[in-house]
Amino acid sequence: MGNLLEQAGRLRPAPENFLSDEQVKAVASGRRDFLRKSFLAASAAMAAPLAARAADGDSNILSNPAWTTSLGQPVAARPYGTPSQFESQLLRRESPGLARVGGASVSFCPLQGLFGIITPSGLHFERHHQGWVDVDPSKHRFMVNGSDDSLIKRPKVYTLDELMRMPSVSRIHFIECGANSGVEWANVAVPTVQYTHGMVSCSEFTGVPLKLLLDDCGVDYKKARYVLAEGADGSSMTRTIPMEMVESGEVFVAYGQNGEMLRPENGYPLRLVVPGVQGVSWVKWLRRIEVGDKPYATKDEAVHYIDLMPDGQHRQYTSIHEAKSVITSPSGGQTLLDKGYYNISGIAWSGRGKIRQVDVSVDGGINWQTARLEGPIQNKALTRFNAAWVWDGKPAILQSRAIDETGYVQPSYGQLRAVRGSKSIYHNNAIQSWKVVESGEISNVQVL
Amino acid sequence: MSRFSRFILSLAFAGAATSAVAFENFKGIGRPATPAEIKAWDIDVRPDFKGLPKGSGSVSQGEVIFEEKCASCHGTFGESNEVFTPLVGGTTKDDIKTGHVRALATGDLPQRTTFTKVATISTIFDYIQRAMPWTAPKSLKPDEIYGILAYLLNLSEIVPSDFVLSDKNIADIQKMMPNRNGMTTNHGMWPGAPASKGGIGNGGKPDVQAKACMKNCKTEVRIGSILPDYARNAHGNLEDQNRNFGPVRGVKTGESLAAAPKNSAELELATISGCMACHGINNKIVGPGYNEVQLRYKDQTDAEDRLSRKVREGGQGAWGSIPMPANEHVKEADAKTLVRWILSGAK
Repeated sequence: MGNLLEQAGRLRPAPENFLSDEQVKAVASGRRDFLRKSFLAASAAMAAPLAARAADGDSNILSNPAWTTSLGQPVAARPYGTPSQFESQLLRRESPGLARVGGASVSFCPLQGLFGIITPSGLHFERHHQGWVDVDPSKHRFMVNGSDDSLIKRPKVYTLDELMRMPSVSRIHFIECGANSGVEWANVAVPTVQYTHGMVSCSEFTGVPLKLLLDDCGVDYKKARYVLAEGADGSSMTRTIPMEMVESGEVFVAYGQNGEMLRPENGYPLRLVVPGVQGVSWVKWLRRIEVGDKPYATKDEAVHYIDLMPDGQHRQYTSIHEAKSVITSPSGGQTLLDKGYYNISGIAWSGRGKIRQVDVSVDGGINWQTARLEGPIQNKALTRFNAAWVWDGKPAILQSRAIDETGYVQPSYGQLRAVRGSKSIYHNNAIQSWKVVESGEISNVQVL
Repeated sequence: MSRFSRFILSLAFAGAATSAVAFENFKGIGRPATPAEIKAWDIDVRPDFKGLPKGSGSVSQGEVIFEEKCASCHGTFGESNEVFTPLVGGTTKDDIKTGHVRALATGDLPQRTTFTKVATISTIFDYIQRAMPWTAPKSLKPDEIYGILAYLLNLSEIVPSDFVLSDKNIADIQKMMPNRNGMTTNHGMWPGAPASKGGIGNGGKPDVQAKACMKNCKTEVRIGSILPDYARNAHGNLEDQNRNFGPVRGVKTGESLAAAPKNSAELELATISGCMACHGINNKIVGPGYNEVQLRYKDQTDAEDRLSRKVREGGQGAWGSIPMPANEHVKEADAKTLVRWILSGAK
């Protein structure tokens, strides 16, 4: 009998393979009755005589599919590789009603289906202020000058030819828009993690430390305590960055992203990398750095990217992203296939350094377990966490909570709003909650 | 140790706050920027008005330019919420006295406008100069910018209708900006030196102090907000936004993408050519909707030639005063394809 069960076990495919396409759709829509029926049928099959079951095996195994019985495609059939034809679902998408002009809008990264920490360049979130441009690298120039002649000995111009001759660094960093999760400050507004958290991405960037270029120009660091970064697109977007960050060697002028050149939507051929700081400061299509002795109060630090507090004051020059995390799978807008084992997986990040710990709760924050962090854990980069969960079919609320190396603990909505109210728009790093109901459907809720 | 290896070593330590990258000279790399080059690009204007160009413009001059180049997006009175958030409104005479827009604290503000937020008048000058008008950034002369700004100040009831704004009196107007005292830098989110050392902010001290409790942290789970029904279905069919294999499926919240009609090749062409930023198929954005264009030109025999030239060369006047910029990046054949598509009822 034991032997029989063992053989039956070998024949038994994963639960989803019991389902027809229609049944899978039914799972997605929340009707799960037939699932139990499928399992009953499967159990009946196991109890049937062995001979009958052999003919009943999985046709995907019993008959070899076309890809196993034919010649495959030659090399370089697709000189620039593209994802499988079966991977059409995970795309960057806009959130309806967020902006009325495509050139000043956002597209969100499909975090719900991504693995690890590196964002495929084609799925990197987008935020443009006046449309994206495809800059001709042979005509692109990078200038360093001063707000005052006394701050710099040699204002200079560099070409890409020259910048790419210089010593380079390659580092993995997250980039997050200051307004990521911004629509959720006051209440739940969007259904999935793509739209709640999809303005964060993470890449390996390659480029030249800005400090080297400023040294090359003879910058007077005693007087020049700020830099202004400016883009070459129509918006010529500008942001003020502290010289302390440049001096630390962290800030660099990047041309590479994930092993190739930057994508146009990400600033081809040159962008600033300002680790830990919100994306608006990572100026794309970077054409100029001005060193100065005062901050600049540019449009994106005096009209936008200012955080409204309950007393009516706006916080200006808020730049750092404090520790934040989110469970990406399972997450809002998804349906669990059945009871049983799941790997809760998500991402955590901090603008103040490395992630030290991520805790996961499945009961809305009454009890927490510490998740496993995937290493190596890197400075100001996404960190992937995983935790085991056996779903018993009852309602649950999934949460994650990040702690960074400074000891800062990601707050709940209640804790965050108690200090900052709910009109800030920017820097929402509250704990995200996903509610699971008996049907398996998961939705976005906020736990105070 | 050679200078180069010392440099590499110091690069290896870059990231540590103490790193001082040893470096002498990257021979053969970069060249001096000429004064004319710096002048061409260094257009930023600071709150202390460093970088402000000389010039002047009156409210009435500004009104004319605004009507011609700005109103189609911002509304004649800078009040429009159609394309962008409003520029003016929400400020009071009392705010001009106190420098605090009171409605920000009381919450009596349906929507924040530019003038309810901005503390520094230099910011508006700088932004108009570098980025406006929307389709032709950096095309305005300093006098025009002064005029537009004077008009906006008049709409905000900061200056009278006979006012002339100039580089000479802009500092006086700064003292009347309704939200000039509305900014604080007392926070922990500036990554540089703190205010106590001549920088900004409190040196990185977080304002929200949560604790990491692990067991029996509370007696009840308080739900503050749930996903409204309309929002569940507002982002298309979520089933199509998840893989159809793996641990989960997307919830079916609408029609499947596969069943939805694919964009026409012409619409794709119009999108990648940048046309759809200003034109809708059935609605005006900055320029007219394609339905309007078709209605006006469909019976004119030379329309195809004229309009495809206009796509590439730009024009002004046919649809009001906002100009259609030149689009030389659109190939001649593509321009014709697009125009034929528009005239046959773009879809």
